[in-house]
Amino acid sequence: MLKLRMLSFFVIVAGLLTLALAPAAAQGGGVVNIYSSRHYGAIEAPFEAFTAATGIQIRVSQGSPQALLERLRAEGEFSPADLFLVIDAGVLSLAAEEGLLQPVESDILTANIPESQRDPNNLWFGLSQRVRTIVYNPATVDPAATGLDSYEDLADPQWNGRLCLRPGSHIYSISLTGSLIHNLGAEAAAEVVAGIVANNPTYIDSDTRILETIEAGGCDVGITNHYYLARKLSENPDFPVRLLWANQGEDQPGAFYNAQGAGVTASAINVDNAIRFIEFMSTVEGQAGTPAGFPGSNFEFPTNPAATLNDAVSLIVEQSGEVRLDTEFALWTYGSLQQQAIDLLESAGYGMSES
Amino acid sequence: MNLVDRLPLSQRTATGWQPVSAWGARARVLLVPGLIALLIGLPLLLLLLHLATPNVALWQQLWGTILPPMLWNTLVLVLGVAAGTLLIGTGCAWLVSLYQFPGRAWFDRLLLLPLAIPGFVMGFVFMATFDYAGPVQTAWRSVFGSDAPFPEIRSAGGVIVVMTLVLYPYVYLLARAAFREQAASTFEAAQVMGLSRTQTFFRLVLPLARPSLAAGAVLAMMEALTDFGTVRFFSYPTLSEGVVRVWEGRMDRDSAIELAALLLFVALALVLLERALRGSARYYQAGNGKGRRPARQQLTGWRAWSAFGLCLALLLAAFILPVGQLAAWALLELHQQSTGGWQATFLSYVGNSVSLAGSAAGVVVLLALLLAQGVRTAGEQGLPWARWLARFVTLGYALPGAVVAVGVLLFLSPIDFRLNDLARDLGLTRPGLILTGTMTGLVYAYLVRFMAVGYNSIDSSLEKITPTMAQAARCLGAGQSRVLWRIHAPLMSSGIAAGALLVFVDVMKELPATLLLRPFGMDTLALWAYFSAMESFWQQAALPAVTIVLAGLLPVLLLMRVGDGQTVDTAS
Repeated sequence: MLKLRMLSFFVIVAGLLTLALAPAAAQGGGVVNIYSSRHYGAIEAPFEAFTAATGIQIRVSQGSPQALLERLRAEGEFSPADLFLVIDAGVLSLAAEEGLLQPVESDILTANIPESQRDPNNLWFGLSQRVRTIVYNPATVDPAATGLDSYEDLADPQWNGRLCLRPGSHIYSISLTGSLIHNLGAEAAAEVVAGIVANNPTYIDSDTRILETIEAGGCDVGITNHYYLARKLSENPDFPVRLLWANQGEDQPGAFYNAQGAGVTASAINVDNAIRFIEFMSTVEGQAGTPAGFPGSNFEFPTNPAATLNDAVSLIVEQSGEVRLDTEFALWTYGSLQQQAIDLLESAGYGMSES
Repeated sequence: MNLVDRLPLSQRTATGWQPVSAWGARARVLLVPGLIALLIGLPLLLLLLHLATPNVALWQQLWGTILPPMLWNTLVLVLGVAAGTLLIGTGCAWLVSLYQFPGRAWFDRLLLLPLAIPGFVMGFVFMATFDYAGPVQTAWRSVFGSDAPFPEIRSAGGVIVVMTLVLYPYVYLLARAAFREQAASTFEAAQVMGLSRTQTFFRLVLPLARPSLAAGAVLAMMEALTDFGTVRFFSYPTLSEGVVRVWEGRMDRDSAIELAALLLFVALALVLLERALRGSARYYQAGNGKGRRPARQQLTGWRAWSAFGLCLALLLAAFILPVGQLAAWALLELHQQSTGGWQATFLSYVGNSVSLAGSAAGVVVLLALLLAQGVRTAGEQGLPWARWLARFVTLGYALPGAVVAVGVLLFLSPIDFRLNDLARDLGLTRPGLILTGTMTGLVYAYLVRFMAVGYNSIDSSLEKITPTMAQAARCLGAGQSRVLWRIHAPLMSSGIAAGALLVFVDVMKELPATLLLRPFGMDTLALWAYFSAMESFWQQAALPAVTIVLAGLLPVLLLMRVGDGQTVDTAS
């Protein structure tokens, strides 16, 4: 008993001490504080490369894009974050609209990142691209024979009980639905969503698990971001799930893609360090397809046209062809449809199936 | 009655009391408990105030969309968990208390082990193992063919099974104590009257133990109601998860607040239910002097081995296999990461978890001590209703972490901004968000949420100290605080340690409040496990998860140690 008492005494004292001494986010010096929605924890090869090259330490607080935006809003001018790094252009554009980001004038950035991949007022910059598209089991699905070539096709009753999808609360589903609203109009988009819900999809809140379930035969068709398949292919080049770039027909708008991008927060203290981070990640070195490159670390497409593709992504392109992206739906307008998409998904009961 | 108590208050001055009027003294006695109750109650009161001005349009929208399935799912989950834990908890307690079979003495204690596993950890291990792509179903299909039916794992049934496996020990613990309390004479009388053992169980033992069983089941129901992580993994929307969902998913703080206020009532209903049942239930075993325990019937042959098999199967499913799987993943991760600098990250998560849990344990225990002492003094001075303050303060345990977080933000956020305005007006440097931007807000939320855990542990050990001890000290001139710190606190040290430990472990496991309120960079082991598991990075999630389970084993070992014949204080 005595040891336990001593132990809890020390724990309490240590706890109270840290409470008293706990600093807010680090300020000044060689630091940049990042709100990041990346999933890979604080240690990442591209971050380490940045610190090695600049001596600037990276501190990360992780969360979903919406959660981080909610935080920025609530904290206002007192936010500890210098950089807002999220995987969704919709959330980025909402942050920009609400005055939570500050414009960055940088020749490096304007030279490296095409106009279509950054905010018109330079409030944020796209650093990599992910395509959200259709994946299927080639043993059970022949896209040509079934006429499967667009997101809308998943509402077809032939897919009843054969779909694996991410629930509607996830940002991936929300933004994709936003693009449906943009391309088809609100009414037709609602019909598509209702049709998909009527097909009784299995909702799995992990793209990786969706691919593994298709591999195991649990579903025939799903929607995932392309890089989840690329990651699987990098571990096993024979991974038996195929990807189909959606909406590639001549009268179709192209595949839905999203940007992972970063903006300097309006409240940033370490402004220069934050800008250097974005600049570093936009260079050919930072945009490399290798694990140390920003897109490469995550098997995404680079936004800098001069950068090289990742091997596993090249393998997908070999299997499924070059992709034409839906660039007519501008990244910085994604945010404007987000609330409408959320409402549509919720009223359709997407991902809310009662058991 | 003691001499000091018989003296009118005004005459106690000679024994160290201040010369104040009776009412003044009473008010002073209530000051500390009152302030603590106010501190803990304010966030909840603010939530209630929000309900006074409901956003009707919002409720209509919620009612037309996500609210009905969330309500239904919550109801199914809570009732399912109640049924599951009652069945398994009571059954096992019956077996180990009244029968003798191989390994009985071991199972008696080991069946408590699942308490150490947080629900969301069990959830993702179960998911990774049993869903369609998992090894079990893959093997199943390879044996029975690809169309062999298997129950859907991402379903109400799946969540209920997972939660039952981690929560049945609540019922087991109380049922075991209740069965043992029943004197052998009662039991033998029933058999003399010609009842079989089974009949005795259903007609005598079970009704007698009913209050304890019900109290255990309500605890399990509260845990199910407040769970966030497990239902997330199963894509099973409930009310608790809904608060985070509308906040973080819809970016809709207003709906989150309204939903949180609604949940306040659901939780309150459960608390009242628990109070009503607790009235006749005992949370601890009676002392040794209550008569013989019923003799355990020796099981033989296949009966003995099936009892053994049942207990072993449960232990395997609820503890050994999941923890083994976690350990295997963790080792694999360590092996593959041997080049990277994961140690530094891991240690920083450990540091964050420990400092949050330690601060919370310290604050909770300190305030719980003051509160328990204050309530006791008030009781001695003719204010027994001060106990209601204590009951109110322990409400937080039934509340989902997200609800508490919303309340804390409602309370602290305006203060934070006013402070900065004030500093600006005074021409001072503005301090920034010193409450919501630091650990303070989060530790405050933990205090509201886990006060019950610390208080119950401390209060029950205070009850064991005879009042004459304090009265003697006062006769010798000791004041209130001297009595508390020099006499009561040292005597209660094991209760204090147990309370601190329980709070510590509860905070280590906590997800939703941490998710919503953590200051920059304060990611904990639980969050790391949660984020990784959400992305199906099982190996990466395993190392922090195993660490949390190891910490969770400490209070369980404590429970086991005081298991036989002694007082067992449960978490709540």
